[in-house]
Amino acid sequence: MIDASLRELAGALAAKRLSSVELTQLFLERIERLNPSLNAFITTDPEKSLALARAADARLARGEGGPLTGIPLAHKDLFCTAGWLTTCGSRMLSNFVSPYDATVVKRLGEAGMVTLGKTNMDEFAMGSSNETSFYGPVKNPWRPEAVPGGSSGGSAAAVAARLAPAATGTDTGGSIRQPAALCGLTGLKPTYGIVSRHGMVAFASSLDQAGPMAKSAEDCAWLLNAMAGFDARDSTSLERPAEDYTREIAARGGDKPLDGLKIGLPREYFGEGLAADVARAVEAAIAEFRRLGARTVEVPLPNMGLSVPAYYVIAPAEASSNLSRFDGVRYGHRAAEYADLIDMYRKSRAEGFGAEVKRRILIGTYALSHGYHVAYYLQAQRIRRLIAADFAEAFTSCDLIMGPTSPRVACDIGDMAGDLIQMYLSDIYTIGVNLAGLPGLSLPCGFGERGLPVGLQIIGNHFDEARMLNAAHRYQLATDWHRRSPQP
Amino acid sequence: MALADWEIVIGLETHAQLKTASKIFSGAATAFGAPPNSQASAVDIALPGTLPVLNRAAVEHAIRFGLAVGGRIAPRSVFARKNYFYPDLPKGYQISQFEQPVVSGGGLAIRTGGGEAAQEKFVRLTRAHLEEDAGKSLHEDFHGRTGIDLNRAGTPLLEIVSEPDMRSAEEAVAYARALHALVRWIGVCDGNMQEGSFRCDANVSVRRQGSERLGTRREIKNLNSFRFLQQAIEFEARWQIETLEDGGRIEQATVLFDPASGETRAMRSKEEAHDYRYFPDPDLRPLAISEAWIDEIRAGLPELPQAMQARFARDYGLSAYDAGALTASRETAAFFEEAVAAAVALPGEAAGAAALAKLCANWTMGELAARLNREEKDIAEAPLAPAQLAGLVARIADGTISGKMAKEVFDALWHGEGGGAAGAADAIIAARGLKQISDSGALEKIIDEVLAANQKSVEEYRAGKEKAFNALVGQAMKASRGKANPQQVAELLKRKLAG
Repeated sequence: MIDASLRELAGALAAKRLSSVELTQLFLERIERLNPSLNAFITTDPEKSLALARAADARLARGEGGPLTGIPLAHKDLFCTAGWLTTCGSRMLSNFVSPYDATVVKRLGEAGMVTLGKTNMDEFAMGSSNETSFYGPVKNPWRPEAVPGGSSGGSAAAVAARLAPAATGTDTGGSIRQPAALCGLTGLKPTYGIVSRHGMVAFASSLDQAGPMAKSAEDCAWLLNAMAGFDARDSTSLERPAEDYTREIAARGGDKPLDGLKIGLPREYFGEGLAADVARAVEAAIAEFRRLGARTVEVPLPNMGLSVPAYYVIAPAEASSNLSRFDGVRYGHRAAEYADLIDMYRKSRAEGFGAEVKRRILIGTYALSHGYHVAYYLQAQRIRRLIAADFAEAFTSCDLIMGPTSPRVACDIGDMAGDLIQMYLSDIYTIGVNLAGLPGLSLPCGFGERGLPVGLQIIGNHFDEARMLNAAHRYQLATDWHRRSPQP
Repeated sequence: MALADWEIVIGLETHAQLKTASKIFSGAATAFGAPPNSQASAVDIALPGTLPVLNRAAVEHAIRFGLAVGGRIAPRSVFARKNYFYPDLPKGYQISQFEQPVVSGGGLAIRTGGGEAAQEKFVRLTRAHLEEDAGKSLHEDFHGRTGIDLNRAGTPLLEIVSEPDMRSAEEAVAYARALHALVRWIGVCDGNMQEGSFRCDANVSVRRQGSERLGTRREIKNLNSFRFLQQAIEFEARWQIETLEDGGRIEQATVLFDPASGETRAMRSKEEAHDYRYFPDPDLRPLAISEAWIDEIRAGLPELPQAMQARFARDYGLSAYDAGALTASRETAAFFEEAVAAAVALPGEAAGAAALAKLCANWTMGELAARLNREEKDIAEAPLAPAQLAGLVARIADGTISGKMAKEVFDALWHGEGGGAAGAADAIIAARGLKQISDSGALEKIIDEVLAANQKSVEEYRAGKEKAFNALVGQAMKASRGKANPQQVAELLKRKLAG
């Protein structure tokens, strides 16, 4: 049951072979047993979860359930959840209980999903290894010494270790795709604007996007159906007709289900810096896509090398402003002793934020300062437009772009501590997607060094999620990488 | 100090609170005076995860203003974040428009001085942009702590920036008054200065007469009355001139005006100025305004004061001064126009529209305005209707009552005598017997009696003493108990004395 897909779980619940309470209990017990070593969850509240499960069972009994009703899931701890702590992995919000639900939480709740708890994450989503969390690092279920990736590391570890059937994540520069790759999951960062940001604690507003993390592309499609949709509370939310992201998956396949699909391979994704084990697995996966009927073409993304520096100006700039509200005045951490207002700000923020968050606030403040604004912030915006133009150009000659999600499999905890630049560069394949507002997906495509999972990235044009999910799904029908799970 | 050697240069930045039911980026109410923090929503207190959503009504007000001043409405404008820390600024930034404001250009005609000395001037506007207000820090009654009230946080403001076109405190006040009248006229701001709905910052500098270069300016913050605006600029300009004449230098600074001492005092200097780190707010898309939307709003605009003044001058033959005074507010203008229309429509009215209009203008600006002022009432609260004033004016025009009697009738109308219709004045005149004696036979009899009883004055007049004539007129008026027409009395007297 813990390995079951959402379709199988929905079937069991509908056929009354299983109740939501039983299913929820199953996962709560696993959390209780395995989370102390994994540290994937920051907050659980079995009473609340079971109450939700009972409500879901009642709804199913009345025949009012939808496809997701009664299925448990975990929320990344930067989605506001009424009645639960929402810490963002930070001491700053270690006492914060939101009075309202994020739109994503609300929509999944209305679909009848049962919240199992709130998952660990890099502090304010700033990190690629889940090591910056105030609540300590998360372990990779495939190897306890290894990181799960980040920033949605808790969500990834929870699903990989089967502590939850699925989880929500957020992706600002790769925070869904990279941990999905490092933990052997399927994770989707949708087109910017199709999932509401209302109730997501902001890191970098123009890049942040919520998405599903699960065991398969089909599960992600089911979840995205519930998560996506226009929200008047988010001015960057796009008003588009509702879409069924499972529609292509549901269609019949055949021998060559991807016949006619043109896959673009950017040379820049396969050059220097890509580890050999990852390259091997990704190339084998692409060969499998050819067997499924797809053709491959080379596409240039000449400015990809500029994406990391541009990102590390834009994201910290927006973050420096977004995190100003954490001043100890109205909620969150406030220093116990202070001499005056300035001292209160200084101490509360010095105590409340960790080193990586402070570093990015400083970088962002600097980049926006008088005299540097043009050289950094405006220059980064120009690069951003170039990168978006490169992708637009590439999509004139292909349908999807494929490449590795991360240059390496998961490193061990502490390995990157002395080398921030190396850490930042590990997002090189994912960041451009956020800068261009495109959808990106990572799916498992094999294993590399130390038996750790490798992720294949699929990048689509704006609003092309259904096609991406279908491509991933056809690959998953032909392979079983996504069915592998770590030994407990 | 030789004030005449110096030219004062003033530009104003005015914050007009827009009259919308809800805040600029949240659904919370904007009503004034609610208990602290009872009108602060999750967005207003900047809870984690909350996002701004622009209020369409605030944008409509900004467009309305832009059209009224003849400015350009930007088809695309951008909201930016102005970053600084302050406890009553919940997000740690204010959302404002920086590089691309919604309105640019345009201007306002102002008038200074009265009568012969009256001068007209056009003050250009630089821009007007939308932004949100901050909350309030409350320093009293918290046992040494500071209280924060976020009811005002997120209230929509239009910041209206003028060019440095004003050359005296008087001009600055005239501009502020004209702007105040206009924002109320077009219904975008209630203009309540005590509640902070309309407040001005004045940028003041001085330079030697004839100099082309602008002097260093100091900005006087938060002036919330026309009197303070005047006093603050006068003090500041004098202080700058004295400082320069004493060989000192002016440092760019932000200053506060203390109404108690009448002085301005530096708050922070340029060196301490904030670096606000402006950048476009990624939570809001650029504000797009279509031609169709602008046209729709233009079609709904009322006749503007300038156009109305020109029409009053043309149609009613009023002076520029009268036309200006009658268009001080839309309500005053409407009262006047209704009164004229009612007077002209009265049966048997023969005085002519121009004469009636002039009388209506005089009575609206004179007795009515004075009475409203004395009782601190708005023209909307006036106890008499335009039609009643029309009835009164008609009786003055046809000579039925004298000006003095008219004041009595007005007073009676004010107190509700005579009923509500145009005939109210006639009813009062009849009931009180105020009809002027125009029967020359009756008047002659009175005058003969006065002449007989005042032989001394008659002799004095004949001896060349003009004053004696006035005394005789007074006696005749008294004898008629005020009901005689003074002009007629004077004519009759002259004839009799000459005879």
